[in-house]
Amino acid sequence: MAKKKFVVGCFDDEKVLFPAVKKVRKAGYKIHDVYTPFPIHGLDQAMGLRDTSLHTAGFIYGITGTATALSFMSWVFNKDWPLNIGGKPHFPLPAFIPITFELTVLFSAVGMVLTFCYLCQLAPFVKKHHFHARATDDLFVMVLECTSRTNEADAKAFLDSVGAKEINVQEAEDGWWLGRYAKDQKLYSTPSENSLA
Amino acid sequence: MALLRYESQVREPLVTGAKTYHDVTEDIVRPIEAAPSRLWKIGFTISVILLLFGVYSVYREVVYGIGEWNLNKTIGWGWDITNFVWWVGIGHAGTLISAILLLFRQGWRTGVNRAAEAMTIFAVMCAGQFPIFHMGRVWMAFFVLPYPNSRGPLWVNFNSPLLWDVFAISTYFTVSLLFWYAGLLPDLATVRDRAKVKWRKNLYGVLSFGWTGSTKHWQRHEALSLVLAGLSTPLVLSVHTIVSFDFATSVIPGWHTTIFPPYFVAGAIFSGFAMVQTLLIITRKVLNLNDYITMEHIEVMNKVIVLTGSIVGIAYITELFISWYGQNPYEMAAFKNRYDLSTPYAWSYWLMMSCNVIAPQFFWFRKLRRNILFTFFMSIIVNVGMWFERFVIIVTSIYRDYLPSSWSTYYTPSIWEVGFYLGTFGLFFTCFFAFAKYFPVIAIAEIKHILKKNGESYKDNMGEEEKATVEHFTHEHAHH
Repeated sequence: MAKKKFVVGCFDDEKVLFPAVKKVRKAGYKIHDVYTPFPIHGLDQAMGLRDTSLHTAGFIYGITGTATALSFMSWVFNKDWPLNIGGKPHFPLPAFIPITFELTVLFSAVGMVLTFCYLCQLAPFVKKHHFHARATDDLFVMVLECTSRTNEADAKAFLDSVGAKEINVQEAEDGWWLGRYAKDQKLYSTPSENSLA
Repeated sequence: MALLRYESQVREPLVTGAKTYHDVTEDIVRPIEAAPSRLWKIGFTISVILLLFGVYSVYREVVYGIGEWNLNKTIGWGWDITNFVWWVGIGHAGTLISAILLLFRQGWRTGVNRAAEAMTIFAVMCAGQFPIFHMGRVWMAFFVLPYPNSRGPLWVNFNSPLLWDVFAISTYFTVSLLFWYAGLLPDLATVRDRAKVKWRKNLYGVLSFGWTGSTKHWQRHEALSLVLAGLSTPLVLSVHTIVSFDFATSVIPGWHTTIFPPYFVAGAIFSGFAMVQTLLIITRKVLNLNDYITMEHIEVMNKVIVLTGSIVGIAYITELFISWYGQNPYEMAAFKNRYDLSTPYAWSYWLMMSCNVIAPQFFWFRKLRRNILFTFFMSIIVNVGMWFERFVIIVTSIYRDYLPSSWSTYYTPSIWEVGFYLGTFGLFFTCFFAFAKYFPVIAIAEIKHILKKNGESYKDNMGEEEKATVEHFTHEHAHH
């Protein structure tokens, strides 16, 4: 697979990182990703990432569980083997509630975790390119993708000017393990510009 | 608006000491990288010995049958089901801390959630053993699953609370495990990226699923945690509700009570928090994590204990009142068999009352809430009390049934019954010791996330609004 070049800038403070992300995007660089040791609220919006639809997936899995439980129990009690249990009704909805609820939760949780792992391409034995070992410790690692129009030296100088502490250029194989990013990544615009439009 | 970010100065810091992000990693990962201490080896060995004794006890029960236990026709549920309910109850604090407190945005959960969730998973594993081996012919245990079989297919009875239990406990275990492991991924990646030895790099590389810390992944991770928390919140309440249905939907006086679901859930949280205290007071001492599991954490959990203990107390008194108010002779007899000092099991009832209702009231005193030794002592007392609660509910409700001729003789467990219980302690602590050695016992990423808001050294960086004294603040913001 084709190798791609990335300019990597490491920040040690999220207070510096935020304005840097804005400036980098304004300057027209393509942010491949920002790797952080903990979730930083608002960074996804600053980077122009769209919101995740994982919740919706969870809801769909959940109602699948509800439907499975209800239809299966009704089928068993009414169609497949209508057993008379102490004269109790064959469609005892209140008695079905606990299992229906549990299966709703089970389907939703298992489905969401699997979807999460699929979307993020996480699995045992998966090896990914790590741009900096301290990205899971105390560094915020911004990775810019070099396109045909990117001047490496300029990009490095720009990262330096916005406060990156450590800057280098890395090559990594371009593949699914790098994670996907929106093709039409929108340029950053400040909220005031938005409200004026 | 500045006020929305307001963090009261009345609140104590959740991380003490001047910590940087790197310090947090160091402090929490160090025990994983160090060689196991002597204390750890001793504890682990004792746990494994207990576990082996438990395995042997269960072996005897499987080979020779339920007769190895001192159950009889009248007392069909004894120690085993008592232990089952006790362990399931303990397994409630973890998910409560990680899910309900996440929804309530309680920052202090970050210091204790990882260990509490691990505790939940191990406790549910222990709980599950009891109903499974109580089946007697354990090799038929899969009959509880609704699978297409060659007997018709003959399905399970979906109306039965015992079957609801199968679904509730297995769902609870699965969801807790997923929730716990999803939270562990980033922290395992932290261990991986610092590893200086090859086997550790590889092991944690496999365990961390290739986590990188990408912003998109964090965004999905946050969404996942939130929805799992939302799902686990009703789940945790449903599990002990369903366990209480095992009793409440029967017609046995003393069990046939509508108050059971909320009463059981409160009791579960009560005993769960006590077990969290027991474990964390030891863990913070042994692993030197006093900066992350602070006095504040211990005090907050003690407040939960006094609240839930009092709810349990109200439930006990309500039960007594209703048995008198209902004037049902059988119901009244069932309760007389508990509280009347002339009955054989009255001691267990009053032990339960003093451990669960009277003892926690000491936590109204701030001095005692913040006393480590006292808290540790109380956590044991509460767990003893909660074990006796289940014993009282189960044994004293059935030992004298409708026919005096079948009244049971005094029930004492056999050594294999006790051995089974001790064995689950072995299982629990073997797992917990292994967890404390090989996994980050505190959620590293979550601590980093709150560090700059709740860390001691960052409280100085408060805005003007936050720095104001309480008097000034109330004066400024009072309605004129």
